[in-house]
Amino acid sequence: MSKRRPYVRSMDGWWKKNPFYVEYMIHESTALFVAAYAFTLLVGLVRLGQGEAAWNGWLEAMKSPLSLIFHVVFLLAIMYHTYTWFKIMPITLPPIIVGGKKVSPGAITGSGLLAAVVASVFMLGLVWRIAQ
Amino acid sequence: MPDSQKIIEIEVLRYNPESDKEPHLEVYKVPFSDDMSVLQGAQYIKDHFDGSLTFRWSCRMAICGSCGMMINGIPKLSCETFLRDYYPNRIRIEAMANFPIEKDLVVDLSGFIEKLESIQPYIIPREPRSLDQGEYIQSPEQFNAYIQFTSCINCTLCYAACPQFGLNPDFIGPAAIALLHRYNMDSRDGAAAERMELVAAEEGVFNCSAVGYCSEVCPKHVDPANAVNINKTNAAKDYFLRFLSPKGGSK
Repeated sequence: MSKRRPYVRSMDGWWKKNPFYVEYMIHESTALFVAAYAFTLLVGLVRLGQGEAAWNGWLEAMKSPLSLIFHVVFLLAIMYHTYTWFKIMPITLPPIIVGGKKVSPGAITGSGLLAAVVASVFMLGLVWRIAQ
Repeated sequence: MPDSQKIIEIEVLRYNPESDKEPHLEVYKVPFSDDMSVLQGAQYIKDHFDGSLTFRWSCRMAICGSCGMMINGIPKLSCETFLRDYYPNRIRIEAMANFPIEKDLVVDLSGFIEKLESIQPYIIPREPRSLDQGEYIQSPEQFNAYIQFTSCINCTLCYAACPQFGLNPDFIGPAAIALLHRYNMDSRDGAAAERMELVAAEEGVFNCSAVGYCSEVCPKHVDPANAVNINKTNAAKDYFLRFLSPKGGSK
């Protein structure tokens, strides 16, 4: 008779066991802030559809101190999410060959972040012009 | 023993399937020199304190992939990890995470071996070719497309690093998918469509949530996370383009 009795360890609380996993859980959960901000904008759109009074009410709500605090939190969380998004981008892409050489992970992350900054500045400029 | 002899405490997760209900920790005080690896620490324990301590090892130079274990909670090859880097703190060694423990530091790898077999880890020629047609010619570019994924030594540290494998032991996992990718990327091979059934299956690439720790702990820089994630794209393409070009797992 076999004396084998392989022991299977529990996975309970696995993400707390390694700093790498903790960071993973943090950067994945920042996606919730992206969703929350999208939801905020969606509410704005719905209020706009309900007429001028509703829209102005939403605008007022956006100017409240609580809303401003939330926006700062959203911004920080989304910035961190953006950073980690591009940090893992090199593992998700097939090798990119430029001039016979494989583009380094750092260059891929760097170009991603640069693109994010350029797109953000462009959007900011556009909205700024519209607001004038 | 000279006065200057340094002693490090090594805490070992012990498990004897014949007598223990569950694993428990035991501490050993091991004299060591600066050139001693964690593996040599375990060997010292076996030779001097308890001959029943069980662990796998062979080459002692990070080639064979036998001596993987959790060292202070991090999957590492014990032959290339040095006691001096942990001294004067206590060091804890455990069997590789996410695998069933067979005895002490030895884990049950039979599931992994089955997965390796399942990906058809050999070249299935693109077209039949007779001997007098000569050898296959491969350009440096074609060679570079897969060479990185041939470096795997099957140490399974990537499985010990993958929480998704821990949560679902059926997941084919990083090393087997990296090897699958190695054959798919080989210009001589023509079986990518056959292997796609496994890539896109329930136990396939979509178990991966891009934690990325597998590539972090890989002692051979195979970057298995990259192989897994490229195949997510491949599986998605295969699925959505199946009406244009029917082939592969989604036929």
